Amino acid sequence: MVEHGDIRVVHRGGSKINFREPVLSHDSRLLLCASGECVKVFSSSTEECVHDLQGHTDLVTGVLLNPSNHLQAYSCSADGTVRLWDFTDGILIKTLVVGFPIYSLYASAHHNGVLFIVISMASDKRSELFQLAALHLPQSGDQLVEAREFSSVLGDVSSNPAAIAFGQGGEYIASAKGLHLEVYFFKKQKSYRFSLKEDNKKGAKNTFTCLSCHPKDDCIATGHEDGKIRLWRNFNHKREYTYSTLHWHHSAVSSVRFTPEGTNLLSGGVESVLVQWRYNQETQKDFLPRLGAAITHIAVSPDGELFCTAHSDNKLTVIQSCVKVSAVIQGLVKGESVRTDLMVDPRSKALVLNGKPGHLQFYSLQRDKQLYNLDIVQQEYIHESGLQQFEVVKAAFDTRGNWLATVEERKQKDSTLELNLKLWAYDEQTQSFVLNTTVSGPHEARITAMCFCHTADSQTTMLVSASQDGHFKAWQLAEAAQTEDEGPFWSCDFVGAYHSLVPECCCFSADGSLLAISFQEVVTVWSPASWELLTTLSQPPGAIRDLCFGRQSCSKYLLGTTAKNLLCCWNLLTCTLEWSTSMDVSLLLSDPLSENMAAFCSHAGCTDLFVFKPSEPRPLFSHKAICSGKVTRAVFAPREEMLESCEESSQWLNRSQLYFLTQYMDLMTFITKAEEDRLMASSKRLVIDDSVAVTPFYLLLGKHRQQQQEKQDRSFSAERNQLPQGSVAIKELLHTPAHVLPSASFLCSMFVRSLLISVTDSREEKKSEEEEMESDKEEESECEMEASTMGQGQTAEAQETAAPALTKAQARELRRVKKLDHSWLSSLLDS
Amino acid sequence: MGEFKVHRVRFFDYMPSAIRAMAFNSRTERLALSRADGALEVFNFADSYFQEKVIPGQDGRAVEALCWVRGRLFSAGLNGEITEYDLENLRPKYTMEAYGGPVWTICSNSQGTHLAIGCEDGTVKIFEVLEETIRFQRNLDRQKGRIISLSWHPSGALIAAGMMDMIKVFNAESGHATHRLLVERGVGASKSREVVVWSVAFLSDHTIISGDSAGKVQVWDGVTGTLVRTHLVTKWDVLALSVSRDESSLLAGTSEGTVVQFQFISSTVDQHDKEWVRTRTFKNHTHDVRALAHTDTAVVSGGMDTQLVVRPLLEKVEKNTQESALRKIAFPHRSLVSCGKKAGMLLFQFHGHLELWRLGESDGHGEEKHTCTLSETHGGCQRWQGDDHICCSALSPCGGWLAYSTISSVRLYRLQYNGSNISITKVAKLPKVLRSAHQLCFSSDSSKLFASTTHSSVIIIALSQSECKYLHTLRPKSGTRQPVHLMSASEDGKWLATANSDCEIHVYSLHKLKLHCTVPVYSSCPTAMAIHPTTSNLVMVHADQQIFEYSLVQKEYTEWSRKLQKQGLHHLWLARDTPITHLTFNPRNPAHIIMHDTYMFCIIDQNLPLPDQKTLFYNQMTLRSLPEPERTSHSHSFKICKTFQHLLCVSLLEDHSLVVVERPLLDIASQLPAPVRQKKFAT
Repeated sequence: MVEHGDIRVVHRGGSKINFREPVLSHDSRLLLCASGECVKVFSSSTEECVHDLQGHTDLVTGVLLNPSNHLQAYSCSADGTVRLWDFTDGILIKTLVVGFPIYSLYASAHHNGVLFIVISMASDKRSELFQLAALHLPQSGDQLVEAREFSSVLGDVSSNPAAIAFGQGGEYIASAKGLHLEVYFFKKQKSYRFSLKEDNKKGAKNTFTCLSCHPKDDCIATGHEDGKIRLWRNFNHKREYTYSTLHWHHSAVSSVRFTPEGTNLLSGGVESVLVQWRYNQETQKDFLPRLGAAITHIAVSPDGELFCTAHSDNKLTVIQSCVKVSAVIQGLVKGESVRTDLMVDPRSKALVLNGKPGHLQFYSLQRDKQLYNLDIVQQEYIHESGLQQFEVVKAAFDTRGNWLATVEERKQKDSTLELNLKLWAYDEQTQSFVLNTTVSGPHEARITAMCFCHTADSQTTMLVSASQDGHFKAWQLAEAAQTEDEGPFWSCDFVGAYHSLVPECCCFSADGSLLAISFQEVVTVWSPASWELLTTLSQPPGAIRDLCFGRQSCSKYLLGTTAKNLLCCWNLLTCTLEWSTSMDVSLLLSDPLSENMAAFCSHAGCTDLFVFKPSEPRPLFSHKAICSGKVTRAVFAPREEMLESCEESSQWLNRSQLYFLTQYMDLMTFITKAEEDRLMASSKRLVIDDSVAVTPFYLLLGKHRQQQQEKQDRSFSAERNQLPQGSVAIKELLHTPAHVLPSASFLCSMFVRSLLISVTDSREEKKSEEEEMESDKEEESECEMEASTMGQGQTAEAQETAAPALTKAQARELRRVKKLDHSWLSSLLDS
Repeated sequence: MGEFKVHRVRFFDYMPSAIRAMAFNSRTERLALSRADGALEVFNFADSYFQEKVIPGQDGRAVEALCWVRGRLFSAGLNGEITEYDLENLRPKYTMEAYGGPVWTICSNSQGTHLAIGCEDGTVKIFEVLEETIRFQRNLDRQKGRIISLSWHPSGALIAAGMMDMIKVFNAESGHATHRLLVERGVGASKSREVVVWSVAFLSDHTIISGDSAGKVQVWDGVTGTLVRTHLVTKWDVLALSVSRDESSLLAGTSEGTVVQFQFISSTVDQHDKEWVRTRTFKNHTHDVRALAHTDTAVVSGGMDTQLVVRPLLEKVEKNTQESALRKIAFPHRSLVSCGKKAGMLLFQFHGHLELWRLGESDGHGEEKHTCTLSETHGGCQRWQGDDHICCSALSPCGGWLAYSTISSVRLYRLQYNGSNISITKVAKLPKVLRSAHQLCFSSDSSKLFASTTHSSVIIIALSQSECKYLHTLRPKSGTRQPVHLMSASEDGKWLATANSDCEIHVYSLHKLKLHCTVPVYSSCPTAMAIHPTTSNLVMVHADQQIFEYSLVQKEYTEWSRKLQKQGLHHLWLARDTPITHLTFNPRNPAHIIMHDTYMFCIIDQNLPLPDQKTLFYNQMTLRSLPEPERTSHSHSFKICKTFQHLLCVSLLEDHSLVVVERPLLDIASQLPAPVRQKKFAT
């Protein structure tokens, strides 16, 4: 990605969480998953995102628990680095710079000091051939280490991370690609290759899709394109290998996984059913059906208690021992394409777009969480290939978010188009949209554009829809004619046409006094009050693609783009073309909160962005090659709090943020340097607070702490003896509603422990000493790091000078306490 | 290749009967197979799975189990008898009443000294195998409930017996039961039903493996008598088990038509604690798999759907060879149809009766139209006394004589017809020497009947209106004891050729009534042969698909045959998996040889060049697309027609029309009883 000034294009929110297999931590409380350029750490019980592990500068392509320390995790990325994290606290421990894009990462407890990575075969990054290489971890304790010591293990492996797995005791590694399975034995340094026939007579596809090795036996389970699972045995023989076949899935198996004890085999695919096969008793199988969408990955916690499945609709499901779904973490649902535009719900400021089939999803970009789904079609969705279903193709909000208009259509092969226009009213009580009016067949042909009138104050709201049948219609809310209990409903107010041309775009001016509708090459301007054609504007040939009124100070301008690569700006006062410029604009967008306009131009396979004011000739901001391919969907999302940037090039981001969808359905946004720094700092702050680690209550009571700064100066043990009954914090704790607090038993034990004077128990000491031998070292390095990053932490430094008063035993005790789960506390802090 | 008027005959309702039991003799590589009608077949696995011998069945003799003891074959059935077979004369040698009610199973120890049978009354009876016969030795402890299956421990000291709801282990010396292994019943509704242990296998490491009617294959420790593993294989029954010789692989045949393989595999690479793991599943049958054999290289299975399936284990055979192809043997490897060429009549041989049909006139000229006015002689020939099934039959070319043989007698009938009426008269007095025949054949002028009997000898009988007279017995010089399975008389009445299971082909001169010559013995058994009407060359096709032509005058292979051997046959010809079962000549074009197997018939033109390995073998379609002058350069001597499928007979009549007798396998399948109900996906 090209750096441009201090504004960068980043994945921020709404990125795929099903891209790679999720990882459950050893105590199965935390769930790690690669999400865009960061690793997200979720709580597996509350579904909340605990924190992001940020640091990679490109897509994260793999997450893995460190086999030698279960509190650490490795992540690898296409930016060519492997990073080691303390994921409970969100601290970056080490960065290994490899230098090539890494596609996946493997490790085994039996191979100490070696990581296995999949990289491109040739130095050429675009190469389609991949190899598995062993990466020897350098011994140096530095934070940033160059790791250049590879040795190739297997050539020609699949880039699919599910197609490689370690075998029993790390003795061998199995890799599947195409129709071949390769097993490499480390001891003998010998590999065996097994091939399946291309295609048997029944047309079944034998291609491997995924594999998993049994943790205790020499058995490899492979999933195939045709839905079969093969269990390979005896694969240390060239010819006498054998396999048995399990067949339940009707189409490709996308994931197979043995449970840690090897008693069960889990498999999943398009059917959205998790199948649990008994190992060695495969006729007995259990199903967990109706998981919502196709399973893409399956992960099992190290104790086998929890399963986690990733689904194709960007969802993670946490399942308790194959019987109960205990948590669902829903990301932004991305289908093949977004038929509706990207929109922002004026009330919740949530991003609104197509979600599940027949639904609209409301996605909070700030919290990076799906708020809810609105069922538009209200019909049972039947999964069948080739079956045409109703799809939501258009949606629009009015300015205050009181009304939502949706268009759904279904085109079956031979029948006519079925269209429905639905209008939804916002219900304050249920805090959601309620269907008000359904207009079946609002137009004879496909609806090309739809928009609400922008007037903020007027009582009547107006909706205009333009269709390929050559008409545009205005819809208005009318009182029910009969005095029955029915409320007001929407009805057609006006039908307009222009020379039997097809209307393509429509747009209201900011004050709602003008309506511009483009009829192929002609732009017509209407007065919605009287429905009179005010003027027509035309320009050099080329059908109009986009129309946009200027905002605020530029509201006298109307901008349009044409199919002949022109961007035109008309002055509505003079009804003349103000200026025009030649560029292939794929999308024109205006910021509702400022006069800025954004134009996405596709140029040589890439998309460039220009942000400009219609009144000024020079663009405010331009960014070449923001992504490859065409950008057709983008939205300005208003910020919660204004940014105070004064640099000219980044001022346009002050009020709102620009999000866009690339052709691969990645949601990207622009971020300024300052904002990035601020985010980094805020994520660090937690770390610093945590590292002070005085009592487990510290985090909860932290905010009151600052007020009681003077008291804190006293020695630690003294504070302990003084019971904190009277403190404000405890009072607040006691007055907080019980349902918000964690369970009493949990709080109580910690509370009581905090009151205890630690007893130096020699036995325990010894034990804990052993345990902490390794973690000690890390913590030292942490401290170093903190010291270096601590610029503003004056108070914290003061803390540390006070700390030497602690005895060694106390310090250890504290450290032990620190290891306890703080996630609930941090989530409390967040709220 | 010429055009023929074709009689497409589909009214031969031949119905093979279900396969009931199987035994494989790995020393001689012979598979013995018994069918539900009591017939016994022996296949030679070393010689392209050729069906070497057929012993016809008998009404009321259902063979329940088969057992090889060295080269001897024993069977036991629900009629309560043990039978040993005379494989040289193709008849039961003797039967012995077991006095224990119906016998369910028979099993020999690995030393081949004793036989054990399991009886309905709950006894296991031990018979001693003597030189010529067997002798009852003793009973093991009598149990309640029938003995369904038996297996000797390879040491011969222990016998495992599968019963209702349990397996018992007997000490073969003392006769006392040492263990009683209780087999769990099925779940659900079948809980109240007794579970039948259909099959047991006793391995040398004292592991007992059982297959039962609840669909389980169970592995037991025979020393302690404890259950080690249960594999639920099917919802229905596990009917048969078979263990490979090295005891590393086990097969289980189920009612669903599947064969499940289990392998004895160590769970991790370095360790030696092996266990039985279910591996592959073969589904080649639509109905119950009643019989199974595990050869060194293949899985052999048969059952209710009457087909014998040989599924090679790909890790044990070379890839892409003839051995690695799946074989389904649906039809017998000999002709069941005899054709009265001059009279246009067909004789169909069923196991219990014969059908005689006269071909009608075709009104059109298209191949498909064959509106034959058919006249059936009364539902077959009269029932003969006794319950023996027909072993061979023949119709004279003139249509005036009909002969058939069972294992005990030969019958000859005189046929006379005027218009639509047919009268059949049995020839009362037959020469005494004509007791039974393995093959029957009429001379081309219908004046003589040739019948092959013991030691490959041939009896010649002169037929005339008044009487039948014994003329001569032709004997081969080699002193072979094997039966004749092919016999062919020449058109000019000069020669008679016989072929026997020892692969010997003898040619007799009928004028001199003595052996003319013996064709050099080829390693594979001949499956069809005929003597050319004009050149007197003997054409032979063998089980390994090789073709030879032998000049009877010069007593040597002909030039064409030598050329063919030198150049080798096309690999696609060799890759066919059914043997040529019939061979005729085209009198109008002496260079043409017509032969057929189950899936095609072929005309070999000896004048055309032989195909080499690179030429397109099945080239009829490409030839048709070529312009006339180019055709000759592309054509080769093998003209193959696959229009007619599942052929039982292709023969050329006197009037130059072709008779094609088809029996589509689908018709056979439709007459089978319904298979067990299985849920199929998306139905």
